[in-house]
Amino acid sequence: MPGGGREVAESCVDSLNLELVATYCKRLHPNKPELAARRIEAIGYQVGLQLAERYTKERPRFADHLEAIKFICKDFWAEVFRKQVDNLKTNHRGVFVLQDNKFRWLTRISVDSAPPGEAAQMDVNAAANASRASQAAGQYLYFPCGLIRGALTNLGVACAVSAEVSTLPACSFVVRVKV
Amino acid sequence: MAPPTRAGDYPFAPVDRVNAELFTLTYGAIVRQLLTDFEEVEEVNKQLDTMGYNIGVRLIDDFLAKSNITRCSEFKDTAEVIAKVGFKMFLGVSATVSNWSADGSECSLILDDNPLADFVELPDTCQGLFYCNILCGVIRGALEMVSMRTEVKFVKDMLRGDDAFEIRLKLLEQVAEEYPYKDDE
Repeated sequence: MPGGGREVAESCVDSLNLELVATYCKRLHPNKPELAARRIEAIGYQVGLQLAERYTKERPRFADHLEAIKFICKDFWAEVFRKQVDNLKTNHRGVFVLQDNKFRWLTRISVDSAPPGEAAQMDVNAAANASRASQAAGQYLYFPCGLIRGALTNLGVACAVSAEVSTLPACSFVVRVKV
Repeated sequence: MAPPTRAGDYPFAPVDRVNAELFTLTYGAIVRQLLTDFEEVEEVNKQLDTMGYNIGVRLIDDFLAKSNITRCSEFKDTAEVIAKVGFKMFLGVSATVSNWSADGSECSLILDDNPLADFVELPDTCQGLFYCNILCGVIRGALEMVSMRTEVKFVKDMLRGDDAFEIRLKLLEQVAEEYPYKDDE
């Protein structure tokens, strides 16, 4: 696996990810969410390319797309997100869904809760909070989407990657292989 | 408390550590994207400093919670803590403090090893770029949260061919802590 034994505090990685999103989504392009998303995705893509290159130095080539995807679900995920993907689904026609029930980078996300209302409205508030949390979480998935696309591209799988948040911190990445 | 004299004098709580590769490459990709977005290296330096500032403002809590340090009685202690505890805790390397000004308000943090700069080589078109400028922002932001206004900048950079990374740290003002209430006297 990866070379070099150098380590940094995990909070360095977390801080950089948070600040990357704040920089592009809030400071540089507050009114152009799509542009911000593209920039962040591009940064992730670059990193994914380089990481996959490093992680596969000592490996034989992957026989097919499924093998490459499995490598992402196990080894790549373990290295970057410190666990493996929980569930992998495919329609056998080029679409793969990678589900992570506790995605590392979403475990510490919170949103300001809605102003306290009547007791009867508690459930409504909770639901509203959950939906706002999912929305906020979306911004933090541009980077990992790029990361996965970059890594797969390096392994010879040209694809598009999108993400869906269901209930924090669970999320799924949908990989659509280009034919 | 006496100023620390060597690395490890303050045993800090264990922090979660990860392989530095992801961090280093992510930072590199961010700098690269900023260079594409802004073209002017001066502006990129500024952006990196701002990012660092925002990080520092938040990171100080994490630092104070885990470092087990007690109040620094003077700026000299503060500089030592940043060099020996702060850098070590977050980046896994420690810095040396030197070149104190006569009045004790200014010093240098010297790093000969810096994980941010691993795998990095700057093209000629990036002259004027302080690649690791985010570090200055982090220090400035963190110190501001503990009532110290500072000016922090790189004066030496190994990526520019210098023999070490040297960050100049200048204390501008020690803001007196204000309490929101009056003590009963």
